[in-house]
Amino acid sequence: MIPDVHQKAFIEEATELLSELEQTLLDLEENRDDKDLIGKVFRALHTIKGSSGMFGFDEMAHFTHDIENVYDLIRNGELPVTKEIIDLTLAARDQLYIMLGHDKSNFSLDGNKTEEILNKSKKIIEEYRKYSSKNKAIPEPKPVPEVKNTCRSDLQSSKSYNIHFKPSQNIFMGGTNPVLLLNELRDLGETRFITHTEAIPDLSEMNPEFCYFYWDIVLTTDKGIDAINDVFIFLGDDSDLQIKECENIDSVTNNSKDAGNVKIQQGNANAGDSALESALDNDKIKSNVENKADKNKSNSKKIKDNQDAHHEIDSASSLRVSTEKLDELVNLVSELVTIQARLVQIASQSDNSAIMAITEEVERITWELRDSALNIRMLPIGTTFSKFKRLVRDLSNELGKEVELTTEGAETELDKTVLEKLNDPLIHIIRNSIDHGIENPDEREKGNKTRMGTIKLSASQSGGNVLIKISDDGAGIDKEQIKAKAIASKLLPENSDASDADIFSMIFAPGFSTAKKVTSVSGRGVGMDVVKRSIESLRGSVEIESTLNKGTTISLKLPLTLAIIDGLLVKIAEETYVIPLSSVEECIELVQSDIEKVNGRHIVNIRGEIVPYIDIRERFGIMGFVPEIRQVVIADINGTRIGFMVDKVIGQHQTVLKTLGKAYKNVDGVSGATILGDGSVALILDITKLADKETYEESLTVGQLA
Amino acid sequence: MDRGRYLNKHKQRREMSKIILTVDDSSSIRQVVSFTLKEAGYTVLEACDGQDALNKITGSSLHMVVTDLNMPNLDGIGLIKKLRMDPIHKFIPIIMLTTESQNEKKMEGKAAGATGWIVKPFKPEQLLAVVKKVLG
Repeated sequence: MIPDVHQKAFIEEATELLSELEQTLLDLEENRDDKDLIGKVFRALHTIKGSSGMFGFDEMAHFTHDIENVYDLIRNGELPVTKEIIDLTLAARDQLYIMLGHDKSNFSLDGNKTEEILNKSKKIIEEYRKYSSKNKAIPEPKPVPEVKNTCRSDLQSSKSYNIHFKPSQNIFMGGTNPVLLLNELRDLGETRFITHTEAIPDLSEMNPEFCYFYWDIVLTTDKGIDAINDVFIFLGDDSDLQIKECENIDSVTNNSKDAGNVKIQQGNANAGDSALESALDNDKIKSNVENKADKNKSNSKKIKDNQDAHHEIDSASSLRVSTEKLDELVNLVSELVTIQARLVQIASQSDNSAIMAITEEVERITWELRDSALNIRMLPIGTTFSKFKRLVRDLSNELGKEVELTTEGAETELDKTVLEKLNDPLIHIIRNSIDHGIENPDEREKGNKTRMGTIKLSASQSGGNVLIKISDDGAGIDKEQIKAKAIASKLLPENSDASDADIFSMIFAPGFSTAKKVTSVSGRGVGMDVVKRSIESLRGSVEIESTLNKGTTISLKLPLTLAIIDGLLVKIAEETYVIPLSSVEECIELVQSDIEKVNGRHIVNIRGEIVPYIDIRERFGIMGFVPEIRQVVIADINGTRIGFMVDKVIGQHQTVLKTLGKAYKNVDGVSGATILGDGSVALILDITKLADKETYEESLTVGQLA
Repeated sequence: MDRGRYLNKHKQRREMSKIILTVDDSSSIRQVVSFTLKEAGYTVLEACDGQDALNKITGSSLHMVVTDLNMPNLDGIGLIKKLRMDPIHKFIPIIMLTTESQNEKKMEGKAAGATGWIVKPFKPEQLLAVVKKVLG
């Protein structure tokens, strides 16, 4: 009945409404008297209820009905907002989410699962009922007559009805056309009309916007009295309507004529009075309407002011575009950037100044286009932050802890892809903070802390990176405990004098957990290594700082975008490579004699500091002539300085990232490729991976030596 | 013969093409209403709330309005009242979309000048029946 497109649109809309609802509920919990928020919750529930029934989600509609009633009472000031209600509504929201078909585990047609959901739903509704009966009984909704247009199949024998229809004078003001009603009666069966024109006043007194006619109708139909009632279903109480069933048609006709006459006489007698009355009434109505209109004006102004305060985005000023279209745009811009680089190269070879001028113009516009195209993909991180409010709330309830989540820099923008991939790592980190970091309220009191623990999420932009910090004021990380555990699991040699940063980085080792018991939340030792890996796959880095009994701070550093990066172009033999500029610190020269001085070991002395380096030529097995003077690019990788030896540093390059494709997925040390201005391909070095592998191999040789 | 029939049909369609404005803050409901009415040959305008509706109809004349009641900025009742004060739209049929729990609202809407109502959830053919009923 309802096409699939509509159902999809509904699911999309409802999903949006539900996540908005969650946010509003959490806001409401903080400002329980905020009428706007209550109104928003009510509207969201109302829309979900109204729409879900239409798109075949009858269970949802039924389920939402009771919850909506509670909020109707709250809206009217008859119920206060309590934690209990918020809890129940949040649970109900989750049920609705499942009902929408979002929970993948429910996709299979498992009858038990469906029943379980229904039972859960019923429980929630019961609790609501209990709640509302405790405070005030919900008035049972009065059944409203529905528009019935199903043809009645029960064949009734034809009956005749005598209908007296006198519309109120201002029936037109309600948008009703009485002629259409009469036509509908005509469609029901055989009709005879008697039109009364006696009420029409003199032309000077007549209001052309009024209806002065009325009718007596004799209708013979087999459709029954309900069908006649349906015709007049929208007719207001101010119109006069009488429907009587008669057995003898002829007598009815006569009777009705008589009755009509009597009425006309009465009508004539009272005509003057009633006209006066109706005129008075009209004035009253008009002034009422005007008053109300004024009120409406001030109300809508208030709403507008409130909206400004809430920083709501005007729905009309934003546009929804599918991600694929955006990706395509970014792809095209990337192509343009590549082509533009070529244009610059060719133009610089010609002496034509006009071409040069155009090239510069194209360059400027291309950069602007690139920036705005990438900017479209940027989303404020606040949307992700707000999801965690719920997580913190649920987890702290489950673990019996009191935790408050504060956020900072929610307006900081990040690429959509980065943002999406950031979700899981952040969940892991926050879970850890609540489970291991924040202590129980009683413990906190003993340690002279407030019972309520705090987790602070902050985001800020620094250059081409976004810095995200997750700090808690919990127990902190016990260095000694980690060290002991690391030594026990042979991750560190005994009596090691590893630095704090090294010890903390143990947390990211796979399978590493110091939790004494495994809870449903964390402690299984998976998690932090996943966090590290996924952040690294986004070309970001993770750092931990922690003070025992004071708290832990985990900092994530992420690139703003994944599509185009600043790279450093380097040359080895005839090949060109790109090193991501964000982690490059400096470049130094190295002559063959320097290498000989340290007996060929891969270390370099920079202002008294010994820095190891990786010879890329050697690493990739590149043959050919080795120049006398070579260069080492010093990069900062997770706090360690490591050099990469290349033949020559060419310079900075706007690098459009291209993947190597599935075939080269497992190539280590190369994260992608880019196309240079002359059309040749340059590989992008994955310096983190290169460094990792090198240290691993080094530790092997150390082991062999020992 | 065929051409004649085509022209006849075409003419019918053009005659039928009355303009209906659907006002609802739920885009999926708007989509269904709009789809259903367009299928039946009406021209459909959409607005996401009462204020939006008023902005969109300035200067143009509609044949009918189908509006939700609960909306931000300006709700359905407010919209109906404003339309009834507008000399151009004073007499057009206005149908409100309600839910069964909104009996009071329905009465309020009727008092404000609504022509009729449709109870949500409704089927497309129910919507068409009501539109036909009030629009003729």
